Amino acid sequence: MTAPLHEPTAEAAPSAAEEAALVSADAKAVQGRSLGRIAWERLKRDKLALTGGAVVLFLVVIALLAPVITSLLGQDPNEYHENLIDPLFGTPTGSLGGISGDHLLGVEPVNGRDILARILYGARISLLVGFLSAVVAVILGTVLGILAGFFGGWLDSVISRVMDGLLAFPQLLFIIALVSVMPNEMLGLTGSSVRVFVMIIVIGFFGWPYIGRVVRGQTLSLREREYVEAARSLGAGRLYILFKELLPNLVAPIVVYTTMMIPTNILTEAALSFLGVGVKPPTASWGQMLSSAIDYYESDPMYMVVPGVAIFITVLAFNLFGDGVRDALDPKASR
Amino acid sequence: MLAYLIRRLFAAAVMLVVIIMVVFGIFFLVPKWAGVDIASSFVGKQADPASVEAVRQKLGLGDPIYAQVWEFFKGIFAGRTYSGGGDTIHCSAPCFGYSFRSEQAVWPVLTDRFPVTLGLALGAAVLWLVFGVAAGVLSALKRGTIWDRGAMVIALGGVSLPIYFTGMLSLAIFAFGLKWIDAQYVPLEESFGGWFGGMILPWITLAFLYAAMYARITRATMMEILGEDYIRTARAKGLKEQTVIGKHAMRSTMTPILTMLGMDLGALIGGAILTESTFNLPGLGRAVLDAIRNQDLPIIVGVTLITSLAVLVANLVVDILYAVIDPRVRLT
Repeated sequence: MTAPLHEPTAEAAPSAAEEAALVSADAKAVQGRSLGRIAWERLKRDKLALTGGAVVLFLVVIALLAPVITSLLGQDPNEYHENLIDPLFGTPTGSLGGISGDHLLGVEPVNGRDILARILYGARISLLVGFLSAVVAVILGTVLGILAGFFGGWLDSVISRVMDGLLAFPQLLFIIALVSVMPNEMLGLTGSSVRVFVMIIVIGFFGWPYIGRVVRGQTLSLREREYVEAARSLGAGRLYILFKELLPNLVAPIVVYTTMMIPTNILTEAALSFLGVGVKPPTASWGQMLSSAIDYYESDPMYMVVPGVAIFITVLAFNLFGDGVRDALDPKASR
Repeated sequence: MLAYLIRRLFAAAVMLVVIIMVVFGIFFLVPKWAGVDIASSFVGKQADPASVEAVRQKLGLGDPIYAQVWEFFKGIFAGRTYSGGGDTIHCSAPCFGYSFRSEQAVWPVLTDRFPVTLGLALGAAVLWLVFGVAAGVLSALKRGTIWDRGAMVIALGGVSLPIYFTGMLSLAIFAFGLKWIDAQYVPLEESFGGWFGGMILPWITLAFLYAAMYARITRATMMEILGEDYIRTARAKGLKEQTVIGKHAMRSTMTPILTMLGMDLGALIGGAILTESTFNLPGLGRAVLDAIRNQDLPIIVGVTLITSLAVLVANLVVDILYAVIDPRVRLT
């Protein structure tokens, strides 16, 4: 934004509106911009990140509206269409996995369930587990990281050792093992909702050290800053300093790590369902669709391509958006 | 150096003990808390009460958890004899448990499966290190060019693709469509060519994912290091650009790469669960997955331990290599 070199006079100014714009731009430049504003303006210039963000938003909307969309299309994720299946091979009749006006992405082999409807319902599981497990990780990681960094001493030693230990664990193996030993009914939940709940907790639990380490490191350096000392000398209590002084300054790294964690968690959920320890059939999930597609990759490759591409687009969109958010919030990233 | 080594080995041993206790906690306490009888899951779904009771006696499942952990430890060094219900099974040292489900000791299962996974992990690591690091360095040096952008787009795609999907795609295209490769695992002892042919697709698939991650990290690290003062100094004293990049910048770029390599190799050697199950390779990952599906707890415990051991050893090796590569690091 270049400021005008001379004071615009009434005659020279092309229009009142433009002048007002210039003046307000000038005022803004003098006022200085908040970190959030700078970040948002950087993000706005990043076309790839914005595209990623738009795709994420779109996915969230179609996941929320999955029942509405499928009923508008006249499909149900669990309805069988055995008339569309070749009885000899068990694969869908018609080209490209049985794509037709009714079934826009074709039907599954053997039972002929509508793939689009199952993809839409699968998006709900992926996003739900991806988001909520990140929330669990962020809450645990922030609270424990800030406590370790702020109080130091034995508390820091214990929390840091636990984080190191968890990071050195063979994570996928432990997640699989934990999810598979969990009972089928707990806390009044049954069926697939138990699995979803367990996955959220377990994936979140193994994710918190990543955020915890960053928060601890930041807290360690922030607590020595002048403004913290100023607050302390004014008689602020520990809790006040923790939540009012430190936490707002930790928001940027937490946001960055959260956006980067969601796609990883989505991949973990898909992997668990692929390995058969995720949601139980008939609930639709992308990983599970891929694992049943493995038997048909010769005869019906479309069945594998659709959920695979769904996972790819979702994770790519989150990664693009996450990279953009990281660059926007990182003061060193302007190059 | 020696003091450091001893301290690190001690820390690794402590970590291993903690892991064993956590594993026991997961597999012996969680089911208890959930009200599932562990002994019956050791035997199978159609077990009669007598054989369940026999297993309970043999494994000492009625004992408190610390006694069970102690018995397990002793078995690793001294071997273990399971007796109960009238018959006796001896499991010689190193005894990592005995699977009553599949009626075999766990240790031979581990030694059978280990070479498959090791071959997979090492082969893929060579590929991803060469291609990932090269792509990252070139991207950093040619920042903003079409090469940089192209490489980073491919890398971003690579980290966003689930490995089982790329695996299935490559099988569908190269093994069944084009018929270039016979995607069948052949043990190395039988035929080198067969083994190599069967491993090509798993190697490339696995390496693609990791090369993408390594390229991204290498590029970021390299760009940061090129801005450092000592690089300016090296250039100022008239060193050739080749030497500046290849010797001075590469050394510090390799430090984070090495950390990642240690953790990734450790995790993979302990079982590349997804790759092995996609390509049907009879490795550790496949063994543990089958064991989880069959609720074959002793095998799960055994593989988890080996995996954790691999991660610990890999991290230890990396920390020692640090000192060799980066002169700023002193092991004290």
